Amino acid sequence: MANLLLLLVILLNFYTLGSARLVACIRAVALQGALLALLPLATHGPTGHALLLGAGALLFKGIFIPLLLLRTIREVRIRRDVESFIGFVPTLVLGLLVTAGAFIFSDFLPLAHEHHEGLFVPTALATMFCGFLMLITRRKAITQVLGYLMLENGIFIFAVLLSAAIPLMVEAGILLDLLVGVFVMGIVLNQISREFTSLETERLTALKE
Amino acid sequence: MSLLLYALLILFGGSLGALLLGKSKLASRVGAVAVLLATMLSGYLALQVLLSGQTLTFSTPWAVPGGEFRLLLDPLAAFFILPISILSFFCTLYAGPYLAHGERSRSLAPHWFFYTIMVLAMLLVVTAANSLLFLFAWEIMTLSSFFLVAWDHHLKEVRKAAWLYLLAAHCCMILLLALFVLAGNYSGSLNFSDFGPLAELPLTSGSLLYMLALFGFGVKAGLFPIHIWLPNAHPAAPSHVSALMSGVLIKTGIYGILRILSFLPPAPAWWGWLMALLGAAGALYGISMAAQQRDIKRCLAYSTVENIGIMFLGFGFGLVAAAQGYPTIALFAFAGGMLHLWNHALFKGVMFLGAGVLLQATGTRDMNRMGGLLKQMPVVGILLIGGSLALGALPPLNGLISEWLIYLGLSQAGISLGGFNALVPLLLIGLLGLVGALALLTFSRLIGISLLGEPRDPSIAQHHATAPAMLISMATLLAGCLAIGIYPQGALRLLTPALSSVARLSVGAELESAVAPLGQWALLLLAGLILCAGILTFLLRIGHRAQATTWCCGFRFSTVRMSYTAEGFSELSAAHLMPGIMRPHLQREKVEGIFPAATSLAQTSPDPVLIRILNPLFIAVGDRCQKLRWLQQGQLPIYLLYMFILCILLLAWSVWTGRGG
Repeated sequence: MANLLLLLVILLNFYTLGSARLVACIRAVALQGALLALLPLATHGPTGHALLLGAGALLFKGIFIPLLLLRTIREVRIRRDVESFIGFVPTLVLGLLVTAGAFIFSDFLPLAHEHHEGLFVPTALATMFCGFLMLITRRKAITQVLGYLMLENGIFIFAVLLSAAIPLMVEAGILLDLLVGVFVMGIVLNQISREFTSLETERLTALKE
Repeated sequence: MSLLLYALLILFGGSLGALLLGKSKLASRVGAVAVLLATMLSGYLALQVLLSGQTLTFSTPWAVPGGEFRLLLDPLAAFFILPISILSFFCTLYAGPYLAHGERSRSLAPHWFFYTIMVLAMLLVVTAANSLLFLFAWEIMTLSSFFLVAWDHHLKEVRKAAWLYLLAAHCCMILLLALFVLAGNYSGSLNFSDFGPLAELPLTSGSLLYMLALFGFGVKAGLFPIHIWLPNAHPAAPSHVSALMSGVLIKTGIYGILRILSFLPPAPAWWGWLMALLGAAGALYGISMAAQQRDIKRCLAYSTVENIGIMFLGFGFGLVAAAQGYPTIALFAFAGGMLHLWNHALFKGVMFLGAGVLLQATGTRDMNRMGGLLKQMPVVGILLIGGSLALGALPPLNGLISEWLIYLGLSQAGISLGGFNALVPLLLIGLLGLVGALALLTFSRLIGISLLGEPRDPSIAQHHATAPAMLISMATLLAGCLAIGIYPQGALRLLTPALSSVARLSVGAELESAVAPLGQWALLLLAGLILCAGILTFLLRIGHRAQATTWCCGFRFSTVRMSYTAEGFSELSAAHLMPGIMRPHLQREKVEGIFPAATSLAQTSPDPVLIRILNPLFIAVGDRCQKLRWLQQGQLPIYLLYMFILCILLLAWSVWTGRGG
């Protein structure tokens, strides 16, 4: 069950990396968040801790943040296709390479025995790397937010692996952090689009010393 | 031990109280009362520890990884707490009226906040027994003193001085971080009590730790050639802060070195030689620069460099003697260094506080604009003269005692070591003698130019009444100097427990018997001086004095502008004694023609190490770094790419080392 979920997460990574439409990207990331919400239940069973974690993840990653992002792009009126520094196919190929790298790499890691078997560690690494790729290659500020979300999803997978050890407060803190981050991003994006009629981070270089 | 905790709590409460009360006058009172109370407690406790030689500890968990709120009050810590408490007490007493004199509209709450925090941090630095707690307290001490130095931040030179101080302090922090991380690595724990394995380190690792400690703590202590922040920061700070910084704050650097040395294996001779030679160089350099300054506080700051040099000379030579197996000589040298540390806290306190009174009365730190102040403020003048006598190591005051001990150590080494080895101590005696002579020049100049003669600058407002609290604090400090000068055995007995832990030797009666005659002679001299003064006043009363103008080289009308300037006083030493690079910079126009036009001459003496070595070095490094500007693209994705690459590299590295290990 857990492995199936993780495979889906990886596929969604590729979809997001390869997709050109913003709305589709946001939906894919939302779906990824929702799938992750099932992950604690699938691994630890329906304990209180896992339920709380799943509910929090679903609420924030699956529903709230994507809605917020959709609202933002409605307000700043960008539905155009996302642009990137390098084309979609090269990005996708890079994503494949990083994912393969993550799988190979996780074999070398000095993990506890019970963690060696599942797809947890490679998926977490692959998702983080794909998020990073997204951050690096895309130009629009909003897709960079999506990159951050994916990065956080990767961290979340790691956290699920250790959720017995990590106190709930830490996870709640991470989620809150993310939410605040997205809020701020939304506000900043609105302000930027009002002032400069462009949302491309490439042009935000005037602050360079 | 609970007394120390109370003191720390009172200081913390006082700082918050001062900050919360804001602009009201109550803020100053709360801050001052907190420091006075706390320093009384800590001073009493330190005295108790020094008298009984016991060791107190306190420990409570602290929610920082690797950290523990662990305090240790052993004789070495108490040895430093005592001067910190005494000097803080009197500086606080002085600070109230001193600050009230300044701008009325300005809120004093920030000052008192940082001041109490600084005292708190100093107490914490010398008692911390956990590396993290120590570094934490050290950093707080640096930052609070930075804000105090920058108190008059509307002046550009003050901002520059504070900036230099912060820069130097953080360079020292880097070395200290490396030091404690390494030490923690070797011993497997960050608590000082677990640093036992450090004593078995091989010589190379031990030397590395020693060098880190010497230069890391040396920046704060003002060790030559990394003293550069000191001559700028002391004049910039308010006077009581300069007194506290020069008197005790920089000594925490010496504390750090002594503490680290107590963990390391017995020092080989070259550690001691390095320290002693740097100290001797610093003493000579500091006093030569002090003799050229016309800014009274800058002159005192350079004299601090000199005195720190003398202390390092004592400690370094003590290490050498201990390594070569001469325990008596080592004891003399260590005792001289340690006693000088106390003495310096006392007399430098008097001098900086006195300089503050002069600054307040005249509105300038420039000696050339003062003059004739002894007649206007006789009490302050006499206190300053007393402080200068102590600084110049003249009897019957305390400066002589500590330097005498170092001289004794050096001369005994010269006698008992044979051949070539004896040469260096004997040369050091000569150097120390030269330092003493230059110190006499410097302080007779300071007194002569600023206090004696006629008032030079008519624009300077005349006499202000000095607040009694300011006079009392200075007078008490000077009385302390006199007491040590007359009864040095008492001071030595008090520092014996700390001395035996620093020198790792048991202390016999030889020290006290060496200084006891000095004390008796000092008493005799004092009695003689008082008698002479009495007879002179009596004679002046009954006889009549002839009054006439001074002969002024054939000029008809003598003016005050013809009197000696500070530069003129030290011209001989500056032009003939100093090497070329240390001479003052002259700016003069050429005198031409039969009837030359009016011309001007200006003389400055900036720090040669700073302007000739460090400034060009940093400018060169900065220029090289310009070539790396292409890395800074100003594009977010590029920066993210850097982070990505770094993450990958770190992951690969961790796997690599995991495999290898």
